[in-house]
Amino acid sequence: MCLAIPAKVTELSGDDMAVVALEGVKKKISTALVEDLEVGDYVLVHVGYALHKVSPEEAARTLKMMAEAGVLQEELEEITGGAQ
Amino acid sequence: MNAIDTTVSRRKGTIDMAHGGGGRAMAELITGLFQKHLGNPILAQGNDAALLDTPTGRLVMSTDGHVISPIFFPGGDIGSLSVHGTLNDVAMAGAKPLYLTAGFILEEGYPLADLERIVVSMAHAAREASVPIVTGDTKVVEKGKGDGVFITTTGLGVVPEGVHVSIERAQPGQAILLSGSIGDHGVAILSKRENLEFETEIRSDSAALHTLVADMVATAPGIAVLRDPTRGGLAATLNEIARAAKVGMHLDEAAIPVKPDVAAACELLGLDPLYVANEGKLICLCEPEDAEPLLAAMKAHPFGKDAARIGTVTDDAAHLVEMETGIGGLRVVDWLSGEQLPRIC
Amino acid sequence: MKYVAEYRDKDLAKSVASAIQREAKPGRTYNIMEFCGGHTHAIFRYGVQNLMPENVHFVHGPGCPVCVLPVRRLDDAVEIAERHNVILCTYGDMMRVPGTKQRSLIRAKADGADIRMVYSTLDALKIARDNPEREVVFFAIGFETTTPPTAVAIKQAEEEGLKNFSVFCNHVLTPSAIGHILQSPEVRELGTVQIDGFLGPSHVSSVIGFEPYEYFAEEFQKPVVIAGFEPLDVMQSTLMLIRQINEGRHEVENEYTRVVTREGNLKAQALVSDIFELRTSFEWRGLGPVPYSALQIRENYADFDAERRFEVSPKQSREVKSCECPAILRGVKKPTDCKLFGTVCTPDNPMGSCMVSSEGACAAYWTYGRYRDKTARQQKEAAA
Repeated sequence: MCLAIPAKVTELSGDDMAVVALEGVKKKISTALVEDLEVGDYVLVHVGYALHKVSPEEAARTLKMMAEAGVLQEELEEITGGAQ
Repeated sequence: MNAIDTTVSRRKGTIDMAHGGGGRAMAELITGLFQKHLGNPILAQGNDAALLDTPTGRLVMSTDGHVISPIFFPGGDIGSLSVHGTLNDVAMAGAKPLYLTAGFILEEGYPLADLERIVVSMAHAAREASVPIVTGDTKVVEKGKGDGVFITTTGLGVVPEGVHVSIERAQPGQAILLSGSIGDHGVAILSKRENLEFETEIRSDSAALHTLVADMVATAPGIAVLRDPTRGGLAATLNEIARAAKVGMHLDEAAIPVKPDVAAACELLGLDPLYVANEGKLICLCEPEDAEPLLAAMKAHPFGKDAARIGTVTDDAAHLVEMETGIGGLRVVDWLSGEQLPRIC
Repeated sequence: MKYVAEYRDKDLAKSVASAIQREAKPGRTYNIMEFCGGHTHAIFRYGVQNLMPENVHFVHGPGCPVCVLPVRRLDDAVEIAERHNVILCTYGDMMRVPGTKQRSLIRAKADGADIRMVYSTLDALKIARDNPEREVVFFAIGFETTTPPTAVAIKQAEEEGLKNFSVFCNHVLTPSAIGHILQSPEVRELGTVQIDGFLGPSHVSSVIGFEPYEYFAEEFQKPVVIAGFEPLDVMQSTLMLIRQINEGRHEVENEYTRVVTREGNLKAQALVSDIFELRTSFEWRGLGPVPYSALQIRENYADFDAERRFEVSPKQSREVKSCECPAILRGVKKPTDCKLFGTVCTPDNPMGSCMVSSEGACAAYWTYGRYRDKTARQQKEAAA
């Protein structure tokens, strides 16, 4: 369950509300559940609420891990001349 | 081509039962509003029925009732939609539409200014399409018995010699072409629905496609199937064809155009763009050798500039529409059960 | 879409799939339960199973809040809407769920009840503000992800003095359900369901953190990998589980590090515990009564509790006989093992809860999964 999507904070207002953008789509959401938000941060949006900040460093690290998963396979294929 | 008429009506007052009562109020409404904007020589005959010359060739006729909330939406309104929708149904037989009729069901209390906006928009759409509205009807229902305005339009057209577009002509091996990005109409409507509002530049793709169809049948008269994927979206329409023609379909998700904002809105609401409505797109099934020339013809037309080949008709006893997903997996693209609702989980 | 498109990349998918092919040992099977409906959805929507070797199986768990809500609670909601003439607000997911005698909220709405679909609790609050003369009830469902937004709404209603707003609370807790499954006789004593590892909740964990799962990994000696909901997250997490299983490890690992930490969202947790407390027991559709598995509104906020505000009659709510949802939710049976599946029970006419939500195992299987049946059939035909 729990459909949520990362979106970029484009405006912060004082009343625990913010505007987030997902591509060109803008939506007003509540930021009552997260602290220390800044414009430009990405947050996970669920039912109109920011649930958590998205960490850019960790996001990149995960992608690197995924890319590396297949590397060994490619090396193997090179050694065996692609006869896998 | 799809410009919104900015005419602001200064008309005051609202629809009341007298507007449907057959008396002076009704006559005034017809001459002062409907005939004023929709006027053409046939409508001006003033008969209960329009007298038309008999065209040669096979006739095509289609009728469509239009109910929509909200009545005015980004990129159109119920008026333009009721013209485009029926023109497209006629065009999907490969036909050239000739005439339209319009029936209005109006709810007591509906603002006359809004009605005028709608009629102006219809007139604009009909003029742009060069298809006159030749006869019409108005009825008024009591407050609470309707939802503002319902419009039923009927279209009459004629099929060019040598063209035979029909659903049962879908055959394995044929190419599946799509005239442009999907989901624009549905997302534009949703963005204005109460309790869902979000801001987007996305506008309905509502458009009359008969000139695009004319270019297409001129390029490849052997086109097998044409369909406009309206309610239920691309998925419903392809499944209808697959079931009716007893074939399967194989789609390539990466080839299906979806605008970034439409994709984003769908992610936000938990919708699948494959099931979101379109009002200005068509699907074409054709022999593989016709695919390239047809795509070129489509891309040369303003309503087909993002046309793409999205898949192939297959031989499948189960009549499934299947799709290679963006990551290289395979899934079934099934019918939808009822209206697709925004979801949180 | 940043942080979305990257995790749906075809080349990366190929990379991870090749690693899984390489590391899954041919001599054994890997039964991996995805607890969350979000994972079920991703697996079917993107055809992930199709990229897995034959011996890696996904077992679909009970993590769809719509699917686990017992019929009685839905009947109660309908009664609140109809008998007390309130405006009942709910998420789109709930609208089509069949109650007793197949009566859903959509059906009740057609019969005249004032039922409104909302996207957010913020919308429900707005409806309450706009309709001061009417009672507005928010029909709250969901796991730990969806609970904090309900808490914020109650808090805000209190601050605003919004007297006509209340919540019919059906929020449930993930760890107790996982524990319940692992302790069920089928898994523990009979050994009829072999679950080798868990794809752990993603957005639930963004709130509660991954610390709560450490107990299971230890107690039941099963690996858990907290997995994001994008298809590549599911695949990478499956790879991490296969590695743990191969190495005989049973740890909690976190694949979804871009959002999930060990401690989770403390602010949200504090708010939830301020407003909600544990129910001693709550019935789950398919699992039966599960102790301490749900939340109720605390005494301090009793004014906002629809259960106290509106009397509901005791009722005999009935599930459809011979519906296998209970067994399917526990991973004991597959959708295709159910006699009703695809015959009387389809997404157009759902009999059980697993067919209603697109996250339910049956609906997902019906909608996206039939491809596998077809390939299996073709292979059989080719062999014959």
